[in-house]
Amino acid sequence: MSSAGGILLKHVDVPDLNRIETYERVGGYAALRKAITEMTGDQVLKELEASGLRGRGGAGFSMGKKASFLPHGQIQKYLCCNADESEPGTFKDRELMHRNPHQLIEGVLIAAYAADITHAFIYIRGEYEEEADILDAAVTEAYTRGYVGDSILGTGFGCPLVVHRGAGAYICGEETALLDSLEGKRGNPRLKPPFPANQGLYQGPTLINNVETLSNVPHIIANGADWFRKFGTERSPGTKVVSVSGCVQRPGNYEIELGVSSRDIIYGLAGGPPEGRRVKAWFPGGSSAPVLTEEHLDLPYDFEHMAEAGSMLGSGAIIVVDDSVPIVSVALRLAEFYRHESCGKCVPCREGTNWTVKMLERVDRGEATPMDLDVMTDVQTNIIGNCLCLLGDSMAMPVGSMIAKFRGEFEAHIEEAARSQFAVRRSPEDGPISLSDEAGLSVPATDEAA
Amino acid sequence: MSKFDHLRGVPGSRSRLAAQVWEGARVEADPAEVPEPSDVRVPDHLRATIEHHISLYPDRRSAVLPALSAVQREHGWLSPEAMLQVAAVMQFSPAYLESVASFYDMLELEPVGTHTIFMCTNLSCQMRGAQDVLAALSEATGSPVGGSSPDGMFRLRAFECLGACDIAPMASIEGHYRGPLTVADATVIADHLRAGGAAAEVLPQKLPTAGKPAVGLDEGQAQ
Repeated sequence: MSSAGGILLKHVDVPDLNRIETYERVGGYAALRKAITEMTGDQVLKELEASGLRGRGGAGFSMGKKASFLPHGQIQKYLCCNADESEPGTFKDRELMHRNPHQLIEGVLIAAYAADITHAFIYIRGEYEEEADILDAAVTEAYTRGYVGDSILGTGFGCPLVVHRGAGAYICGEETALLDSLEGKRGNPRLKPPFPANQGLYQGPTLINNVETLSNVPHIIANGADWFRKFGTERSPGTKVVSVSGCVQRPGNYEIELGVSSRDIIYGLAGGPPEGRRVKAWFPGGSSAPVLTEEHLDLPYDFEHMAEAGSMLGSGAIIVVDDSVPIVSVALRLAEFYRHESCGKCVPCREGTNWTVKMLERVDRGEATPMDLDVMTDVQTNIIGNCLCLLGDSMAMPVGSMIAKFRGEFEAHIEEAARSQFAVRRSPEDGPISLSDEAGLSVPATDEAA
Repeated sequence: MSKFDHLRGVPGSRSRLAAQVWEGARVEADPAEVPEPSDVRVPDHLRATIEHHISLYPDRRSAVLPALSAVQREHGWLSPEAMLQVAAVMQFSPAYLESVASFYDMLELEPVGTHTIFMCTNLSCQMRGAQDVLAALSEATGSPVGGSSPDGMFRLRAFECLGACDIAPMASIEGHYRGPLTVADATVIADHLRAGGAAAEVLPQKLPTAGKPAVGLDEGQAQ
């Protein structure tokens, strides 16, 4: 393969790539021209379906199939690009938009043409102010060149494109909450069905795709579905931009072919954990994915193998936790995050995240018993599948997997914290405590109390 | 005595806006009234911005978030006056706008310091020392975490994942992403902003993957 630089990140080092002249010079907007002037919408849709492109936002659903679910005929349809990238550990969309905004815009318009959509939005999270400014400038450029607007490239097809900024809410990355937020409401998820493909934005059929998914579209149309299928595996074709972060020496975005070994990504590309440290746990797909351990490092990194291992590829964000980090603090930090971000609509999520935080705090303080770990596991299983959206599940899965895989460490943490608490409570008057060795307790000293 | 008198002072009615609503509560009227456009003075440029946003969407309600953000930039926070201005132009009740605004982290319903610093404290940043940088920032700016400095200069918040784990630990300084930050950077940031420097110019910006080649497929497999 000659594409040393991948597909999506191929030109990222070209200076001024965010300017339309530069983007056109490296072949940009040729795919849009080809699609609109040489192909029918149905042909474009067939090509996307044939490519096997799977959604890159987390669920991994076939993009072409999703687009084909939209009803045909004279009906106002909408496209929303989900750029509300808020999954902890994920920063691929930020780079794609920051460096190559026109690639995304071209993808949005081709997808809109394929599904006969005449109004498109990019919902970008409010914190990405720089990227939103870049996108706004790029959309304006695209308007002046006739790539966006009422009559694209002089054909009868028109599609205005609006960059909509959120205002800080993780839940708005959930597709139906995103729609409510875009309609100017609180970002509460909706009951499904009806699915957005039938009844979405302003009650119209709506196609929602992630930034990375749509950024793939121009390349598929330009080079064909067969070309795209040459990358990756049979069931996970194409490349994936993975965001590697946490305890690694070279955190960053790396474009890989799906199916390479996870060890190659974490050690080969990202440099592995710092000298002398080992991988203790890793999240293969953002903080919502159940954790994997060192033994899973040799698995191929693709949708199927991650699912078989009991986790998921998710957004493709690998967070590495090394052996210097207590697993209880990881679980607590994540639970706090989901408690903060729960919209409060469904009881299992609202109360479940809250109680999980409280119980983990007790574990951390040493006030819990091993039985509490069972109760906590039970809380997690009672969240999963019982809410309108997956936010609660997103806490329950990783926290549950951490308790299952690191139960020994949780118990040791409780014991150790309880011991130091005991020492603190006892000591001021009593002086150094010497607990009987028969009890198996040896309290080091009372310096903490002093 | 108004029918709603007994509800004065309930949680959530602390703001002046809520007080106005209670004061004006009439049994026969909808308490969430939409203000008459002619009753509220709105600066021309603000009105133009909000109307521009409304024109972009099939439904004017969609412009609520852009309008609230715009008016917050103008006033520094969503003061009762700011809310009334949006309500008058968009023809929604202030209560509806407050219900939306209270959902989103970036919309401020209380007065806050001028320079906003969001320090990411989620997992990837935390494992790389975000708590230490946050403490240093709090000391350098004089702002408690989650509050504002007494001089009104700074607003410091511990924020959830800002989507820049490649430069962890990082912070968003008035919307400009900076990282990896050290404890020493805290004073640099505070001094720069205190001296009136532009937020965009504080510390060098490190783009994602800047300084290292985009790793290709072949290289990826070779390693």
